[in-house]
Amino acid sequence: MSAYLKQDEPDTANRLDGMRQGVLGTDASRIEGLLKVTGTAPYAAEYQLDDCLEGVLVTATISKGEVTAIDADSVLSMPGVVAVIDDPALTARAAQGTAGEAPAQPAREVGYFGQPIALVVAETFEQARDASKHLKVSYRAEDDVAFDPEAVEAEPQDGATSQGDLAHAMKEAPFSVDVTYTTEGHSSAAMEPHAAIAQWDGDTLTVYASLQMLNYNIAELADSLGLEEDKVRLVSRYVGGGFGSKLGISEETVAASVAAMKLERPVRVAMLRQQVLQCIMRRSETRQRFRLAAGEDGKLTGFGHEARVSNLPGESFAEPVLQSSHFLYAGENRELSMEVARIHRMTAGSVRAPGEAVGMPALECAMDVLAEKCGVDPVELRLRNIPDKHPANGLPFSSHKLAECLKQGAEAFGWDGGPRSPRHTREGEWWIGTGMASAARVHNVGEAKARVTLKADGTALVETDMTDIGTGTYTILAQTVGEMLGLPIAKVLVELGDTRHPRGPGSGGSWGASSICSAAYLACLALRETLAKRADVSEENLELKDGAVVGGASLVDLLGGKDLAEEGHYEPGDIADDFTAAGFGAFFARVRVNRFTGETRVQHMTGAFGFGRVLNSKTARSQCLGGMTWSIGAALTEAMLFDPVDGHLANCDLAEYHVPVNRDVPDLDVLFVEERDGAASPIQAKGIGELGMCGGAGAIANAIYNACGARVMEFPMTPDRVLAAMPD
Amino acid sequence: MKPFDYQRAEGMDHAGQLVAAENATAIAGGTNLLDLMKLQVETPQTLVDVSRVGHAEIEDSGDGGLWIGALGTNTNTAIHPRVRADYPVLARAILAGATQQLRNRATTGGNLCQRTRCYYFTNIDQPCNKRDPGSGCGAIDGIARLHAVLGTSDQCIATYPGDMAVALSALDATVHIASADGKARTVPVRDFHRLPGDTPWKDNVLEPGELITGVSLPAPVAGKQIYRKVRERSSYAFALCSIAAIVEMDGDTITRAHLAFGGLAHKPWHDPEVSEVLVGQKPDAALFDKAADVLLRDARGYGENDFKIPLARRTLAAVLAEATGAEL
Repeated sequence: MSAYLKQDEPDTANRLDGMRQGVLGTDASRIEGLLKVTGTAPYAAEYQLDDCLEGVLVTATISKGEVTAIDADSVLSMPGVVAVIDDPALTARAAQGTAGEAPAQPAREVGYFGQPIALVVAETFEQARDASKHLKVSYRAEDDVAFDPEAVEAEPQDGATSQGDLAHAMKEAPFSVDVTYTTEGHSSAAMEPHAAIAQWDGDTLTVYASLQMLNYNIAELADSLGLEEDKVRLVSRYVGGGFGSKLGISEETVAASVAAMKLERPVRVAMLRQQVLQCIMRRSETRQRFRLAAGEDGKLTGFGHEARVSNLPGESFAEPVLQSSHFLYAGENRELSMEVARIHRMTAGSVRAPGEAVGMPALECAMDVLAEKCGVDPVELRLRNIPDKHPANGLPFSSHKLAECLKQGAEAFGWDGGPRSPRHTREGEWWIGTGMASAARVHNVGEAKARVTLKADGTALVETDMTDIGTGTYTILAQTVGEMLGLPIAKVLVELGDTRHPRGPGSGGSWGASSICSAAYLACLALRETLAKRADVSEENLELKDGAVVGGASLVDLLGGKDLAEEGHYEPGDIADDFTAAGFGAFFARVRVNRFTGETRVQHMTGAFGFGRVLNSKTARSQCLGGMTWSIGAALTEAMLFDPVDGHLANCDLAEYHVPVNRDVPDLDVLFVEERDGAASPIQAKGIGELGMCGGAGAIANAIYNACGARVMEFPMTPDRVLAAMPD
Repeated sequence: MKPFDYQRAEGMDHAGQLVAAENATAIAGGTNLLDLMKLQVETPQTLVDVSRVGHAEIEDSGDGGLWIGALGTNTNTAIHPRVRADYPVLARAILAGATQQLRNRATTGGNLCQRTRCYYFTNIDQPCNKRDPGSGCGAIDGIARLHAVLGTSDQCIATYPGDMAVALSALDATVHIASADGKARTVPVRDFHRLPGDTPWKDNVLEPGELITGVSLPAPVAGKQIYRKVRERSSYAFALCSIAAIVEMDGDTITRAHLAFGGLAHKPWHDPEVSEVLVGQKPDAALFDKAADVLLRDARGYGENDFKIPLARRTLAAVLAEATGAEL
């Protein structure tokens, strides 16, 4: 049986709040947590397969051109070397998120320095790695390759907004701001390297890989290899961080598969750390110009946001910098446009919170400049500019908690709302200041299927190919099912990350939780129908708790020795055309800036977020903490440094690509402004995986200004940049 | 990683013999060497494990100073009571470097020999005169954010990356060296590291077959000891600029100013003329500026690292203000 819902209307029944178990929304610990902290949760590279070979990718040492010859003999006599794979099926790039088809092939066509071009396979990893450094490759290299996004013509992107007359509004407005910010490239820098083990039995390919979206990845891999999907099985039970870099299959998964099929032995390929940084998707650098026009009261009359981003030629992805700018603030005269520079750095693609991660901090800096000009408190300025509907297309918001987040966040942080001028507080060498920013992130959902089986013994089994990339998917599914079926979490077994299960939505774009839990919810509703019949009550009146009908029969009795299974199938419907749906929030930061060295340290941050139903208060809070930590990195330290001569990534390890360390992250306070958003999903939940970094770097930047008077226009705000902008 | 032979030295003399062999390299904590071997930046034929040759002791030397054996770990040095009491600049410098896990493995001798973190040195697909003599320098026209502004050459603008040696330089420590033939020599730590010149592949004055046996610190001197490290993130980052300082005051006059600088050159930078500017003077902003003028008189930026010149000036002012109590 199956239960299908294509959501065209808001859910007003809100059934989950009427259930009796009381496990949903609690701070339940991750059900797989013990496995992870004891090292017994198998990650992709950790499966033990007999007779497994080891492959190491060979990467290009030119920036653009083609491989003309690969001299396999140059390494085949080295100890342990089994093969050099340079098959046309090898992929040159990773697939973009939700591509569902093979990425660029063949790998011989080189688009950037460091691109994988071949695979060396040996008996041991060390042998393969050594040989990979000795493989002789001939190239035809092209000259005049563009690396600098500012030095080339850029292509305009579709989807620009032009409404009213912004130039006129800027001229007429009592207050106007015209500022340009830049952000540098970001790496996902996930802890677990991209890795895969492929096994071919002559008919079917099984691949253990580290992937976020198996439902798309299976099509991408099958297409890359020329196989039918039903001849491919992907397993990705645990993922040590994805952050967008594992949305689409990347080069190691295809390479391991090609090698395993050719050599008829299992082959493991793990990217070296340097390859992870040099080959996986980057977040594009951006240049963003804001034109804000406001009346005497600070109300926006004009809103302009123009952005330049970059990508390789032929890549459709463009960092969607304007995503939340379209609807966050009012202003009847609007100009929003994007352009893409085509350059030969590695592929630009999704990195956590694509768009808002860099668009929101820059916007919120521009708003801070406007607040100062208008003489309006920054919190108040935002409150005055919250539109009551989408300012361009007029759609209503599905729910909107920005005002509450601003107010509650300000109170929790101790924002004083009084007059603000830089350099008001100094402690020894350190200027102390505060800043704030709004948070916004578009809400997404995706088609999702999950099978829920009530076992005859009164336990439940949830099966889907959905992934848990460290976010808590295992746990929230157990909670959703436990809530619906009246079971404690320990009675719900969750199996994820295997394409033998029904197709989930995959993890990405913060859509996983609300989509997959909606599918499980639908399956449970169907199960409840059957149980209600057997208990002789209406489904609406069926009260289940602790494995029994309240005051009635146990589930074991109702099941009568047989399993009962339902597949829930959730699909986004027309509702997406009727509402603007987004998560909202507010950040408040206190920083200290050293007046001699320009070093900035964050002392405290508060984030208040409204994102629909909270499915698990602990894992949701952890997502917010992670996002705020990324905000600190984006504000202060994270930048991909590209060589101007050949475009290669210079800082290609975790020592030199500076994510924040423990000492950079102070106590962070997270506040939930809980709500129910029935238009967002049938379970009234929205995404939270990315909202925590959508603006936070702006709060830190604004606090730097408030502390020391430096209006830094470039992210990250490293000591040299702070010093250059600091008044004497 | 290139296949290599592993040999364990049973004593310092044995180690010296083994290390004297063609393309042999000593390994102690391995915190830097193993990474470089994985990257094939270092490709020794033989690894000589010196971790069991002794020389891990930290003990009083007869002259009121302190002896730190080459195999003493960074952690044990930093927490040693006499280091904390008499040479706090050394403890602070060590604790400002790397992470606890790395410091637990890293040794005094190994730390002195650690190699640059220049992006081009650690990437064998890029030119680097230090790694591959004659191949060129990728950093001069490339990403030079971390790089040197003092004592550079047209061959190499790499920096010495460490913290510990900067403090040792300020403390005027002495490096003790043994050679395969049993001879011993000493070199002031200030002369141990080299400038790149035309031979950037030589980081220091160790000759083939020589091993560091330890470091001796002179008897402690009076004065305030400071280690200041400026970096983008607050831990696990190399210095954009660092300063080790021992500054003594007599009333309102500076009577001692031992200063060494990290992050600015191919070696911990010590310039006696900076001290000469300061000693005998009353501390104020103008004096600190004068000291910076002397320190940076030959400084040269390479675009990306131009900021280090004003940063060094400002950091010096901050350190001297802290040391002397001068209000800036």
